[in-house]
Formats: sequence, structure tokens, C-alpha cells
Amino acid sequence: MRLGPRRFAALTAAGWALGALALLLVAPGTGLGQGETASVPSAAAQIARGRTLFVTGCSSCHGYAARGIHGVAPSLRGVGALAADFYLSTGRMPLDSPAVEPTRKRPAYTPQQIAALDAYIGSFGGPPIPHVSLRGSSLARGGSLFMDSCSGCHQAAGAGGIVPGAFAPALSQATPRQIVEAARIGPYLMPRFGPRLLTDAQLASISRYVEYVRGSHNPGGWGIGHLGPVPEGMIAWFVAVPFVLLVARLIGERAEA
Amino acid sequence: MSDLPPPRHPSVEGEPVPPDARPYSEADDPTQVVIPTSPRNEAIVAGLLALAGLLGVAFVVVYVLVDSTPLFGLTLGGALLALGAAAIVAGKGVVPQETVLEPRASVAHPEDEAATTALIRSAGSGVSRGRLLKLTAAIASAGMGAASLATLASFGPWIGSRSVPSPWRRGARLVDEYGRPVRADALEVGSFVTAFPKGADIDLLGSPVIVVRIDPSEVDLPPARRGWAVDGILAYSKICTHAGCAVAMMRYPLFPAHSAEPALVCPCHYSTFEVATGGTVIFGPAGRPLPQLPIRIAADGTLEAAGPLSGDVGPAWFGVNRA
Repeated sequence: MRLGPRRFAALTAAGWALGALALLLVAPGTGLGQGETASVPSAAAQIARGRTLFVTGCSSCHGYAARGIHGVAPSLRGVGALAADFYLSTGRMPLDSPAVEPTRKRPAYTPQQIAALDAYIGSFGGPPIPHVSLRGSSLARGGSLFMDSCSGCHQAAGAGGIVPGAFAPALSQATPRQIVEAARIGPYLMPRFGPRLLTDAQLASISRYVEYVRGSHNPGGWGIGHLGPVPEGMIAWFVAVPFVLLVARLIGERAEA
Repeated sequence: MSDLPPPRHPSVEGEPVPPDARPYSEADDPTQVVIPTSPRNEAIVAGLLALAGLLGVAFVVVYVLVDSTPLFGLTLGGALLALGAAAIVAGKGVVPQETVLEPRASVAHPEDEAATTALIRSAGSGVSRGRLLKLTAAIASAGMGAASLATLASFGPWIGSRSVPSPWRRGARLVDEYGRPVRADALEVGSFVTAFPKGADIDLLGSPVIVVRIDPSEVDLPPARRGWAVDGILAYSKICTHAGCAVAMMRYPLFPAHSAEPALVCPCHYSTFEVATGGTVIFGPAGRPLPQLPIRIAADGTLEAAGPLSGDVGPAWFGVNRA
């Protein structure tokens, strides 16, 4: 039987109503049962849905049981929902070819699908998706920590750069949650920053700094992409030098008799 | 002008003559010499040259007494600007303005050479205060020569073959920049942290080290350095051996099958030092490995040095290429 969108919506609404009614009936009797009745069956359903998506979209490299394939892709058992959420929400996975460097792209899955895949990968254990709040974070401390730990590769302005063997991505689109996840994982060639090296609160401050430098603060005028000496040198060569040549040409012109 | 037929060229033989060409006349000869004889322009040139010399001397004074980049730029840049302006004014308003027709024939004849010499000799014929100009030009070259020589001091003190002193000794505790001890268990595999010797001046070139933890199975130190790493933790001088920048970048592969080996990278010129093999150079301009600091874990779980750094800290310089 095929469902038209309208009938599907009506059915969904009916399902929600029934669920809410069931909660009202069950919750007063069981006390703290509210969360369990609502989440246990749906969590199992999420994992099942995630497994289906995983087998279709990820298993060719990571293996049917997410144990990885030697020399192709790593095992995902124990990486946790944190890693799954990072790679899927930044569009780094799925990869066209396992040998290329994952870069930020438009996510291939919808947020609901990502949640299902997160639940499936998270069902093998490992760190959960972090809850990041910038409340109480310090911009100044975040800036200082960013200079210590991040700016070597990502530049002081979070504009990204290169390391021999990899690109350090620009942080112009990274959300605080993705920043925390990346620090904990150490994706591709990035070093890892465990909670004893950078606490969640410190990472929140770093995220606040990243959000701050994203704005266009250019006290000197044109920021030239915040990429530092290379674009500045290009401006010197391609704009300033032609200007100087033009001036030299004007100076050297034959005087009118 | 354009309605007249082109004049026939007077000097080139064998050139095809357009059928409508008219004979070459006196009016077609553009040769002219204008001798400016302007004492005002000469005074301006002399003033600008003197200014260039003074600014060059000012640069030396600023360089020695005041450490200010804007003042460096103002004085040296101003000197160059004044020198350039003097050249422009002299070119436009002091020396004769001459328009000549240069024949395309060869000038490799004695009489032509003599004529050229005479022509060059006559170039100063509009100058009345030659000695003043010579004097001020000498001032300009002396001042600017001094300015360019003064910058040689930026090569740093003459250190001969001495190395940068390093405060690392056996038993020195590793602390972070706030003086807190660095614990071995704070470092996960794939982490790095910057550390300094406890109680030492952290601004010394020999102080900062970068402490890295890799998988213990990856450690591949030469036999002479057995025991310098503990649980995969290694420490290296944070000062690049090429130009002395801080080695601020670390790469650690999450999945080694598809990416490069663990390395420390200097952001200045991308010198790349392999972590596992003792800081050997695998890419970039550095000429010698990063000095390694032997590490051990104290009873309280903090890190301490098991000996001094393995080599000379700091950039390469004359006579120091030893590891």
C-alpha cells in the first residue's frame, strides 16, 4: 500500500497522539518510567534504522559489522556516537574513495538519518555526543588556548592552512559541538586533545574564540582572506608592483618640449 | 601632421622608400637640446640628497637607540624616497634635456666613439654648482651606506661555535607555561603539549620542549637512545633547527594506512621531523634533527628529564651543523 504525503502526515499525527496518551496513562504509575517507556523502544528502532543505513552506505569500507577492513578503513567499534556525529554532520563521511583526505562537504544524510547512524555506532560503546554550552566560557582564555594548541595549523584566525600531508581546514563553518568532537577524535592527521589536556570548559572557550574570529574584524581594512603572508605577498606582487611600474613609466616619459 | 606624406628616412641604406614619400627636410629633424640652467632645481636636488643622507644617519641612530619598526620604516623609507625624488628632479630639471635621432647603423667607429665621449662630457654643461651636488651626493651615499651596513647587526651576536645554553639537566621536572607539572597520563596517544624545565627562564631558546605521545609500538629510536621514550612519550626541543621558529604543528595519523607518519612540523618553512625515529628531518630545509630530551616518569606520575638534550638547540649557524 502506498501512502500519499497527506495520509502519511495524518497517520504520524495519530501516532504521536497515541504515544502521548500512553505516556499520560503509564507515567503516573511508574514514577521515573517516563524516559524509559519513551526512549527504549525508539532507541532500538533508531539503532535498527541506523544499521540499515550503515549496511547500505558505509559497510563497503568499514565492514558489515563495523569492524573495519584491514588497510581500507578503520573499525568503528568503540569510536562512539561522538565520532559518527562529527564525520557525518561535517559531510566528511561517506568518502568517495577510502584513500582521499576527508574534507568538509554538505552532509550526505539528513539530520534524522545522522541521528540513526550515530545511535547505531554508539551502540558499540564509546564516547557519546558532547553537549556543548558556551555559557560561562571566556573569549580571552579561549583565544590564549587556541594560540597554544590550535593556531599552529589552523592559523590565529582559524582560516586553515597546510601541514605536509594534509590540509588543516578553515574553521569558518565548524559548530562548537564539531570543534569539541574534532579535538577528542583527532581526525585524519590532527593531534588528539583528551579531557585532561583540554577540559570541556576550555574547549567551549576555544569554540567561543573561533566563533568570534569568524566575524569580520579587520582593523587594517581589507583582511585578504586572513590567510597571512601568502595572499599579502600576492597583493604586493600583483597590485603594488604594477603600480610601481606604472609610476616608473610616468616618471620616465619624455618631457613635453 | 597626418595629412603630410611620410618623410624619407635620411640615413638607412637599402630601405625601401614608399612611393609617396617626400624629401627629408630640416623641419623633420627632432634634434634639440634644452639646457635648463635652473639654480632652484639644483637647490632642490641638493636639499633632497642632504635629506636622504640625514635620514640614513637617523636610521642608524634609531636602530641603535630605539627599537621601533615604524621609525625604521620612516627613516630608511624616507631616505630612499628622498634619493628617488632627487634623481627625478635632477633628471627632469638639472641635466640637459636632449632629443636626438639615433641612426640604426653601427657605432663601432673611432670617430663615433669620440663623438659619444664628447656627448657624455657635455652632459654636465647645465650644472653650475657641481661641487655642491657632488658633496651632497657623497653625504647621501655615506648615510645610506651606513644605514645598510647597520642592518648587518640583525644577524645576531657573533657566537662562534658556542651553542645556545640549555637549562635541561637530568632530573629536571617538566612543567607547562604556568609552572604546573606535566603528568604522563594527561597525554593520550596522538597528543602533544609544550613543556619547560621547572624553575628555568621559559624565554630561553633552550627551554621549550614539545612532548608527544605516540603508540609505543611505533617508537623506532636508534639503539643509542634506547630508553629515551617511556610508554610512547617522547620530547624534543621546540625550536626548529633551521631558522629557530617554534615547532608548533604536529600531525598524527588516525588511520595510518592512508596517511603520513607522525611528525612535528615547523610552520615557518615546513621543516618536518619524524617523531618515532628521534626527530630526523624527513622534509624541508632543516639540516639537522631536532634535539631529543630523554624522558622518564617520576614516582608521582609527572614527567622529568632523564638527561640533557641530545644536541645543540636553535637555528643553524656557521660552524654548527652537528646533530
